[in-house]
Order: sequence, then structure tokens, then C-alpha cells
Amino acid sequence: MKESTLHIVVCIKQVPDTTEVRINPETNTLVRDGVESIINPFDAYAIEEGVRIRERLGEGKVTVVTMGPPQADAALREAISVGADEAVLLCSRAFAGADTWATSLTLAQAMRKLRPDVVLAGKQAIDGDTAQVGPGISCHLDWPQACYVSKIREIEKGGAVVECLMETGKEVLEVRLPAVLTVVKEINEPRLPSFKGKMRAKKAEITIWDEKAIDADPEKIGLKGSPTAVNRIFSPPRRSGGEMIEAETAGDAAKILIAKIKELRIA
Amino acid sequence: MLEYFLTEEQQMMVETAKEIAEKKIVPVRAEYDENQTFPNDVFKAIADADLTGVYIPEEYGGCSGDTPIMNMCLVTEELSKACGGISLAFAGSALGTLPIILSGGDEQKQRWLPKVASGTLAAFGITESDAGSDAASMRTTAVKDGGDYIINGSKMFITNGGEAEIYSIFAMTDKNKGARGCSCFVLEKGMPGFEFGKKEDKMGIRASATRELIFQDCRVPAANMLGREGSGFMTAMKTFDNSRPGVGSQALGIAAGALELAVEYARQRKQFGRPIIANQGLQWMLADMAMQVEAARALIYATARWIDSGAKRPTGPSAMAKCFASDVAMKVAIDAIQVFGGVGYTKEYPIEKYARDAKITQIYEGTNQIQRDEIALALIKEAARK
Repeated sequence: MKESTLHIVVCIKQVPDTTEVRINPETNTLVRDGVESIINPFDAYAIEEGVRIRERLGEGKVTVVTMGPPQADAALREAISVGADEAVLLCSRAFAGADTWATSLTLAQAMRKLRPDVVLAGKQAIDGDTAQVGPGISCHLDWPQACYVSKIREIEKGGAVVECLMETGKEVLEVRLPAVLTVVKEINEPRLPSFKGKMRAKKAEITIWDEKAIDADPEKIGLKGSPTAVNRIFSPPRRSGGEMIEAETAGDAAKILIAKIKELRIA
Repeated sequence: MLEYFLTEEQQMMVETAKEIAEKKIVPVRAEYDENQTFPNDVFKAIADADLTGVYIPEEYGGCSGDTPIMNMCLVTEELSKACGGISLAFAGSALGTLPIILSGGDEQKQRWLPKVASGTLAAFGITESDAGSDAASMRTTAVKDGGDYIINGSKMFITNGGEAEIYSIFAMTDKNKGARGCSCFVLEKGMPGFEFGKKEDKMGIRASATRELIFQDCRVPAANMLGREGSGFMTAMKTFDNSRPGVGSQALGIAAGALELAVEYARQRKQFGRPIIANQGLQWMLADMAMQVEAARALIYATARWIDSGAKRPTGPSAMAKCFASDVAMKVAIDAIQVFGGVGYTKEYPIEKYARDAKITQIYEGTNQIQRDEIALALIKEAARK
């Protein structure tokens, strides 16, 4: 690869394909049996954006990375079928049980080896929903980060201009590269896999790295390196129906609502 | 479904097409049918997924391998399971491209096939108002003028008409020679003197454009003629030998899609306190439908594979594949409506569209009466050779 071409690394996670995550009450872990695995939907936008940057620039390379069990190979191949060039699976017993801190450290170590110009990831994973791993990678590397990116206006070696989705509007940021950008679904519409992409994915060689390959401190990865201790996981009880306020006009309804709030001493 | 031992490539083509059918076609099929919307967006998705190249050789930008016709059939079937009208953009383009593949010279193939492989839409034009089943009676003429031909006349019921960029058009270069006076030309949209006429308002395949082509002193370079002068009718017949399993696949897809919907509905619809599929009368209907669908599939795949192996005259089996599968589609789709009962007759449910789409497969690329003529003729020829 030429020095001037952009190396785009996309971090993805394989997650259970369900909106109803069930928890095993005895082990406090997610029930994954009988649930099909997919690429975290937000990460699919990151892959698509990486591929689009390469297509727009007419050069560059997209490497997709995940930390996970051997089965995560399927997620990496799927990423190749929609346009990624190469894939790295961070796979080792030593990585198991990692919290977001240890996971982002492990991924950061991989970045030291991959030397990307930009790292893309989905804003969060649909199973854990923490939104911490992407920003965590940048913290471990002391790189800039831009979260909730809804548009990459410009990107070249050394810098990018991005739009970030805020609660009240959009923030436009100039970012020094390398940096970590986490993306939202507004950024693009991911393509479907192509026939040639599927064939390429089938034949692709997936690079597998363990803790030695990325030179990770065994004390800082996996369960051992995780400062988070999960006390208890539980399914919260369903909220009861609530009360519908009916009135002639919206103004009257608001008055009744205010009275109720006062009565309940919420405000 | 039976195991047909598809190659790894073919399995991937089917998977790719299935995903397009589910994610891109199912959500829009009712609307496109209602409004007669040409599925440009879906066709682009098909092209982006490399499927427009499955029947085109590698040296011309495609990915056919040794099995172009089987590939074409598999993709057509899969897309047609979701919508027999939208899938026709793909299948009609293949029909329009086959004359170039079968009769074009290397230069002509280099000129047009990579475009088709990358998503340029093609069309095939032989039918005229007074030349339907009797195609050789066409009146469109091509008169030589220096290094060009001047084409005059019109074509009717042309699938992808007006939407396609590339057209394989048949015209008489010598009226006195009958079928031997017919030649095939490649025309491109925008050529002076090449216009589009009436767009048909149809019973089914409404997302497909069916339109009239009009030629008024349309000047076409001789370099656009496929094969020799007078070889057009042979090109057309060879094209049909290769394309008819494709029509069969469209019909098969419609039938298989209707059957799947019928089974699904019969399992969930409850009457007399149990799912209607618990009734043996209905089970036997579904069993008959499944047998017909599987028989059609086996016949089409066997024919397509035989063609891909280099069969010289596959006319008989090719006609059988088209005729049998389209009759199956009509019967299965109508029976599927019966399984749905009253709601199946409404446009709230997708099943009535399957029956409307199925009907055309018994009519175009040779009516099923013409197919039976072909099959009988093949029988007679074979007997005479003994």
C-alpha cells in the first residue's frame, strides 16, 4: 500500500439477532443459545462508510477487526462480502470476559499494529448498549474521537471534517487523524452483499491474532484486566399502563397534567 | 425442495438474489404493481450485486463460468418468488442480450456485453401487431444504404421497452426470402429515428414496461448487425432455445412463491378451532401444488444444464420447460388464492398478483400452443431419424 493511501479500520461486534435479549437469571449472562448471530447493525453503517470512503478516494484499504470467539469469523466474512478488503480476528482465551475497558484496550493494541489513518465503529452495540468501546479505543491511544458521526464531509491523510448528531442539532468538527469515529444510522444505507463479494468472503484468509501477536499486557486484558464487576443483571419489571388524560382541549389536558405533577410532588 | 447439487457459485448467486428479493422487492412489489412503476432501483441493486453478469462470460465482464443458462434460471426463479413483474427487468434484459452472446462477433461482444454485465438494461424486439406467433411475417424492414441500414417499421409488446439502452431488433433485409430474409440489429436508445410509442396497461407484470418501438428512417451502421445478413431468424430461434427455460424459471418462481405463501397462510388461519391446514382436503391441494412445482423445477434445471453442456438442438425440452412451468404457475397461483379464500381475492394480500403475473408466462416468448407445436415437431423429427 502506498504511504499516501488511507488505511481505514472498522471495528465490529458480532451480536445476537434479537431485539428481545434474554438473561439467564442464574449466571447473569445473555442467553445466546438458539439465537442467530449478526453484525451489530450500527457497525454495518461503519463498514459501509469505510467502503464508501475508499470508493470515493479511488484508493485505500478497509480492514475490519473484531474481538470474539472463533465463530466471529462469520461476521468478518460478511463484512468482506460487502466490500471490506481484509479482516483480523482477535481471538484468545485470554481475551474472554473483558469489560469495555479491557475490550477497548485490546482493540487499541491491535491498532498499534494495524496503524490505521482512521478507525470507524458503530455508535454502540445492540446487546450491551454501552457506547463505550469506540471512544475507549481513542482514549487508550490518546487519539481524538468524534462520536455520533452522521456525515463525513471531507477526509484525507491527517485530517477529516465530520458532522456529529447532537440532541439539539449538528456539530461540525475538524478532526486530526488518526482518530476514532463512531457513526449513527443516518450516515448511509448499507449495501447488500454482492455475488462476487460473497465469493471473495468465502475464500478470504482471516488473520487471527492472540494477546502475544498484539503485545498486550496479560494483566490488562480479559476478565483479569476488567475493572467492572457485574453485581447483578435483571430484566426490569414491565411498566404498568399509565393514565390517559382526556380533556376538551390540549390546554385543559395540560392543566390537569400539571395538577397531577404537583399532587405527586414530582416537581 | 430436492437437492440439485448446485455449485458453490450458484448457491451464492441464489443467496444473493434471495436477499434482494426479500429486502428490495417484497417491500415495493404491491406499490410498483399498482402504479406500474418500472423497478430501476431494484435493477440497480441486482446489478450492484453482480447478478446482471451471471449469464455473461468472464472475458466480457460477467461471471457465468460454464453455466450461463442455469445461472440465469436460478436468479430469475429467486427474484420471481417475490415478484414476477419486477424480476422481468432482469429476465427481459437477458433475453435482449442473448442474441449478442449467441450471434455477435468478438468486437460486438466487447462493445455491449460489459455494459450489460455492469447493469445496462437490454431488450428484445421481434413481435409486431401482425406478426405474433407468425414471427416470420414481420413488416419492419432494413434497407442497405452504403455502410448502413435504414430501418422502418414498429415493434409491439416489447419488454423493457423505453427503459432499456440496448435493443436486439429483428427486421427484414430481403422480404422475398421469407424467414431467410430476416436480420438482427443492435440498436441503442437515442439513435435518430428510434422512438417509443404506447406503453401497455396490463393485467399482470405491471412493474414491467411493455412498450411499442417505432423506427422512422433509423440509420444503423452495418457493424451493428449480428451475424450475416439473413441469419436473423436463426438467431431468434437459437435465442428462444436458450431463453425459454428462463421464462420457465419466472413461472417456477411465481409458483414456488405462491405455494410458500399458501402453506404459511394455511398454517396460521384458524377455522372451526384449528388451522385450516389440518384439513386433509387442503393438505392434498398443497401436496399437488408442491409436486407440480418440483416437477417444473427438475425439468427446467435439467434443460438448462443440458443447454450449458453444449446441446445442439434443445428446442423440444426448452419448449417443454417453458410450457410445463407456465401451466404449473397458472394452476398453482389460482389454487393458492383458493387456499387464502376471500382475502386471497383482495389486493390486501399479495396472492392475487401471483395469478395475474403467472398468466403472461403462458403467452409470451411463444404461446403454449406454439410450444406444443415445437415439442411435437421435435418428436416427429426424432422419430423420422430412426
